[in-house]
Amino acid sequence: MNIHNFIELAVFFSLLIGLAPLLGRYMARVLSGESTLLSKLLAPLEMAVYRVGAIRPDEKMSWKKYFQAVLIFNVIGLVSLWILMMIQTWLPLNPMKLANVPWDLALNTAISFITNTNWQAYSGEATLSYFTQMAGLTVHNFLSAATGLAVLLALTRGLRHASIQELGNFWVDVTRSTLYIFLPLSLIMAVFLISQGVPQTLSRYATAHTLEGAEQVIPLGPVASQVAIKHLGTNGGGFFGENSAHPFENPTPLTNFTEVFGLLMIPASLVFTFGFMIGDKRHAWCLFSVMMIVLVGSFAVSWWAETQPNPVTANVLPQLEGKEVRFGVMNSVLFATATTGTSCGAVNAMHDSFMPLAGLMPLLNMMLGCIAFGGVGAGLYGMLMHVLITVFIAGLMVGRTPEYLGKKIQAWEAAWAAVAILLPNLLILLGSALSATVSAGLAGPSNSGPHGLSEILYAFSSCAANNGSAFAGLNANSVFYNLSLGAVMWVGRFGCIFAVLAIAGSLACKMTVPASPGTFPTNGLTFTLVLLGIILIVGALTFFPALCLGPIVEHGLMISGRVF
Amino acid sequence: MTKLVIQSIKLTLVFTLLTGLAYPLLVTGIVRVFFHRQANGSLQRRNGQIVGSALLAQKFEAGRYFWPRPSASDFGTLPSGASNLGPTSQLLQSNVLARIASFRGTQSLPDGIPVPSDMVFQSGSGLDPHISPESALLQTHRVAKARHMPDTRLETLVTQLTEPSQFGFLGEPRVNVLLLNLAIDRL
Repeated sequence: MNIHNFIELAVFFSLLIGLAPLLGRYMARVLSGESTLLSKLLAPLEMAVYRVGAIRPDEKMSWKKYFQAVLIFNVIGLVSLWILMMIQTWLPLNPMKLANVPWDLALNTAISFITNTNWQAYSGEATLSYFTQMAGLTVHNFLSAATGLAVLLALTRGLRHASIQELGNFWVDVTRSTLYIFLPLSLIMAVFLISQGVPQTLSRYATAHTLEGAEQVIPLGPVASQVAIKHLGTNGGGFFGENSAHPFENPTPLTNFTEVFGLLMIPASLVFTFGFMIGDKRHAWCLFSVMMIVLVGSFAVSWWAETQPNPVTANVLPQLEGKEVRFGVMNSVLFATATTGTSCGAVNAMHDSFMPLAGLMPLLNMMLGCIAFGGVGAGLYGMLMHVLITVFIAGLMVGRTPEYLGKKIQAWEAAWAAVAILLPNLLILLGSALSATVSAGLAGPSNSGPHGLSEILYAFSSCAANNGSAFAGLNANSVFYNLSLGAVMWVGRFGCIFAVLAIAGSLACKMTVPASPGTFPTNGLTFTLVLLGIILIVGALTFFPALCLGPIVEHGLMISGRVF
Repeated sequence: MTKLVIQSIKLTLVFTLLTGLAYPLLVTGIVRVFFHRQANGSLQRRNGQIVGSALLAQKFEAGRYFWPRPSASDFGTLPSGASNLGPTSQLLQSNVLARIASFRGTQSLPDGIPVPSDMVFQSGSGLDPHISPESALLQTHRVAKARHMPDTRLETLVTQLTEPSQFGFLGEPRVNVLLLNLAIDRL
């Protein structure tokens, strides 16, 4: 904990708080269909996309139609990506002649990128051709982020519209967010990353003759273009297996700063986009505060835990197992917190080797559903589910029908919000319990003792919350884990999206009622605290027993010097 | 329903062209002009031959070179890797104790001076190109002896090649091992 670490944190959070409302405003304009600075350049392209797709941009969709479009678009993406990986050896841009990916690994990877999870049971540099990385994975880095954003927009329209059925047009939402938000930002970030040393080439891997006379293969590829959207779209799937710890994905402290900032930037700004669209900026600040408290609180605990000596490893400090010298402890913990607070899942250090309590916080971030600030779109719609539960409970306490932004919250909304929150929790606990009992599951963990259970819990939490980071000691490339984690990713993603759209559809049909003296105000301190309390209580009640058996008991054993 | 399927297929193709081909190729084209060296892996050449990348660690075992951090993948690049050993791992414990003893022995470290953490713990990438300035300075005596030169000459070189935190506050101070070894070969 040095002074320069605190300066970095101050700069980082000032920039984030300063920029989020500005970018939020820009995104609100783009997503409402208004023209912006980039319109002259991009509007013709946008129209061309609609023409090719035979899309009428003014056609509006009901919530069922919207969900159908989401689901079909993603199933088509899934199937095409799956096939692409299984035939990559016969396709162009495969200079290293990499083989076709086995069906189960290809299916797991396809689900992983379609659902914005980007869980990696493979190492890109040894498994995937340049064509697969570009025309397969990079594409779905964009489209899965756009899908999350689109669902958030549909929910926002449901809250804003009164007494009509429609939630907007999914194709328009995906197209505009990709063209006006993700592509321009990715282009800038990719060029910047390259200037710092991230490779971007279609040439084959280089071979070096080292100073001691050995041969070293230097893996290359179109890395920067994928790494840029991996962060901006909170995807997290690295070009290389070691992700942002790999010096080619994250060569300097400055790229590290940019990558952490890049993965928080859009989710944080979307809170203000939402505020502009519903016309309640104070409410946006309340949500922003809750997210910031979760993020900073989690960071503080992790950082503290990571600076404590470990008697098992002779009390050597700083804790650099699985970390890079250029980043040091603080930047590794900041990255870990940001990547699990959002659903990014990129890593610049190995979470598996963190101190037990420092590994607990990223795990808990995901168990809470990645809501600080969450994945692009997904984080905020997840948070809004907690908001609905909060106003519902507050309404029950005073004994009148609760409202949120003028819409009555009734059984339908409360029930589906509960489904959206509890479904991932159920997947985490059931999946982990199953894996901890069958031999195919127990074959996974490479660490023994409580840490082995933590590895399993982490994997299912990561997949259910569509995060994608790992306690990477788990050998997850087996048929059992490829299929079980694949199923968890898919259900976690589209189960929640279904619930969110069901709520959006119901809200859109309702009248907007004016606030009365009995309305629970959602833009003040009380609301902020109650929301925070509900999030923490739901998370703690669900996961405390499991966490006790994993990281918490490991912490106690570590202090007394026990090894496994 | 059929309409949605057809629209999905068409849009998937359009976005594959836009974000999967046009975008990465545009980026590749831009940087051919401006950042040619970086875009191609920051390769280091000596007498025209590629000797490595400034960003990737390579294995050094000889007494006449500075040594990088221990690597879980033994400096393999396809793929590289970390140990992923947890904080209560028996294997981690024995590895750490062995590395402390080995570093002490090979660098003839006096009793009072602790072994720096970066030489004890394996990196996240398995290819960490840097070591801490302390680890570099503790190796100067061994390297100087093997090269029959005064310690101070190498100490000066290490100090010169130490990169501080970027802008004074980003990241940690460090020394690039490959660049340092290339520099001492030129002495």
